Amino acid sequence: MLLILEQLMNGLQLGVMLFLMSAGLTLVFGIMQVINLAHGSFYMVGAYTAATVTQLTGSFLLGLLAALPAAAAVGMLVEAVVLRRLYSRDHLDQVLATFGLILFFNELTRMIWGRQPLFMDVPDWLSGTVELFPGAPYPSYRLAVIGMGILVAVFLYLLFTRTRLGMQIRAGASNREMIAALGVNIRFLYTLVFGLGAMLAGLAGVMAGPILAVEAGMGEEILILTFVVIVIGGIGSIRGALIAALLVGMVDTLGRVFLPGLFRLFLPVAEADGIGASLASMSVYILMAAILVWRPRGLFPAQI
Amino acid sequence: MTNRILYVLALSAGLAVGPAAAETPVTIGMITTLSTKAGYLGEDIRDGFQLAIDQGGGKLGGVPVELVVDDDGRKPEKGKQIAERFIKHDKVKILTGIVFSNVAMAVVPKVVREGVFYISPNAGPSRLAGKGCDENYFNVAWQNDNLHEVVGQYVNDKGFKNVYLLAPNYPAGKDALAGFKRFYKGKIAGEVYTKLGQSDYAAELATLRAAKPDAVFFFLPGGMGINFLKQYAQAGLNETIPVFGPAFSFDERLLKAVGGAAVGVRNGSQWSHDLDNPANKAFVDAFRKVYDRTPTLYASQGYDAAHLIGSALAATGGSLSDMDAFRAALERADFDSVRGKFRFGPNHHPIQDLYIREVIETPEGTITNRIEAKVFTDHADAYASECQM
Repeated sequence: MLLILEQLMNGLQLGVMLFLMSAGLTLVFGIMQVINLAHGSFYMVGAYTAATVTQLTGSFLLGLLAALPAAAAVGMLVEAVVLRRLYSRDHLDQVLATFGLILFFNELTRMIWGRQPLFMDVPDWLSGTVELFPGAPYPSYRLAVIGMGILVAVFLYLLFTRTRLGMQIRAGASNREMIAALGVNIRFLYTLVFGLGAMLAGLAGVMAGPILAVEAGMGEEILILTFVVIVIGGIGSIRGALIAALLVGMVDTLGRVFLPGLFRLFLPVAEADGIGASLASMSVYILMAAILVWRPRGLFPAQI
Repeated sequence: MTNRILYVLALSAGLAVGPAAAETPVTIGMITTLSTKAGYLGEDIRDGFQLAIDQGGGKLGGVPVELVVDDDGRKPEKGKQIAERFIKHDKVKILTGIVFSNVAMAVVPKVVREGVFYISPNAGPSRLAGKGCDENYFNVAWQNDNLHEVVGQYVNDKGFKNVYLLAPNYPAGKDALAGFKRFYKGKIAGEVYTKLGQSDYAAELATLRAAKPDAVFFFLPGGMGINFLKQYAQAGLNETIPVFGPAFSFDERLLKAVGGAAVGVRNGSQWSHDLDNPANKAFVDAFRKVYDRTPTLYASQGYDAAHLIGSALAATGGSLSDMDAFRAALERADFDSVRGKFRFGPNHHPIQDLYIREVIETPEGTITNRIEAKVFTDHADAYASECQM
């Protein structure tokens, strides 16, 4: 029972990471109709900047503060230099160009920081564990990640429902010609949205830095799951991204933990482990396929 | 008719080259992984190899050599293409460098059939040590299972009775756990295969804690190992359950990225930078001076591969025309390995001592390895008996 509770926390934490990544991506996808494979690169930029600044100054918070504008700046630069030329083009051209960007950014980090992964540790005040339930210590840092995710979700909710900017972004998503005709600088709005998305990815990268290896190519590992999340959630919907991220986090975590055990009930151990492990790594995609059969446009498709 | 002309031409070309062999350098082809996340492995093999050449003033065993290097990107097909180009275009007779077993399996069996020597500085898949062995294939590093076997023996010797095992769900992961279990005789508390490339191990760690093992053995190469060790420490498990693994997750470059989370972990290796022998001291000092970092085991393997080739070149005076003589010289392994004792078994794989190293933090704050114990003396691999040469 304790184990299940702990695993639910783990699922929640993975879901939160995925939400940080997918919130930005789904905005870009939904509002600008641009497929951006290089979203994982902003995640990497965030992690590398935070690791470097944390190493130089010894302060995780300074690392975090440096990484957010760095990721946003790189994002806006990419939008202005590359993506702006691709809005009117085919999705295939966008995939090709942004895939090229992935290679470019991975090689660039190798040139700047070398091939060796960077070191980044949990700040002292977040190291250690907390006994949420007696007998099941949980790493405090992971709790902080969950807290950060909730903060971001609240921030995005307020931004979209309570501010003028949020209203314009929503309007831009439903009809971009109309909002441009009404005198909103849609081009600037796009750059801003892109920067926001990149910043959220950078934040995810910073939060991942102390848990994961900070290395070139780290963005692609999470990128695939991020795409699964936005497809399940409905492209362009932040609410969908949140629900889908939590769903994917839970299914992935619980599948990994409990599927091999489940198969052991009626198969020999060696086979059960093999099948269980393979099926667990597929579980998220099976979920996606099932949801797409039921709701072809995702759980919460953005209204158009 | 044309064939005969070509034959004569080839013959006279051969004659012309013959006496001048001392001047024309012997070309050695290195196919290795320099890009991708694992690129630092190939980088260290190359740097170790190059260091040996530079120390000889551009010569190995007194024979001038030229090293041509290309990046396989960890892809078997690309490795095959490079090998073909080296052999056809650069007329290479000695190949080396491959890091990964899947690339090696695509390249090695083909090139050794074509009469090219392949000296492996890293990958040692079981097939090439057993049924698929070849007289032109030499492995100067280890058979893949060796570094897991030594940990299995050590964990067994230390009296651990209930060990939890963790590896990625791919062939090398299964081989790793099989190698461990070949020498570990106690109970298995759990055996978990994770997705290859998995980055978050929170779920596995919670299950692991619930299984209450008295030790953990894991094989998670590259970034996966960094992730696992960091998260293991964050979950507070490193204070209660000791961790063991092969050297692959504890080389000097990875340790920098893992940091304090690795301290106290014991790992199996055939080499360590603090091994006490003159050849090793000279190598480690020179490597640090030239490249400004502590060599990894991969660098030591590249360095040994170069010296092995050098010893054979010295024996034949740089000639590769008599393949039997060159092969016999390689078999003698007449060079000062940085591992100390070194010789080849009947399947051209090393018979060597294997150690357990402990990860420590020096007073200056560097995280590094220290030899803890010699576990195996003159250890041979498990597949030698299957090899028919």
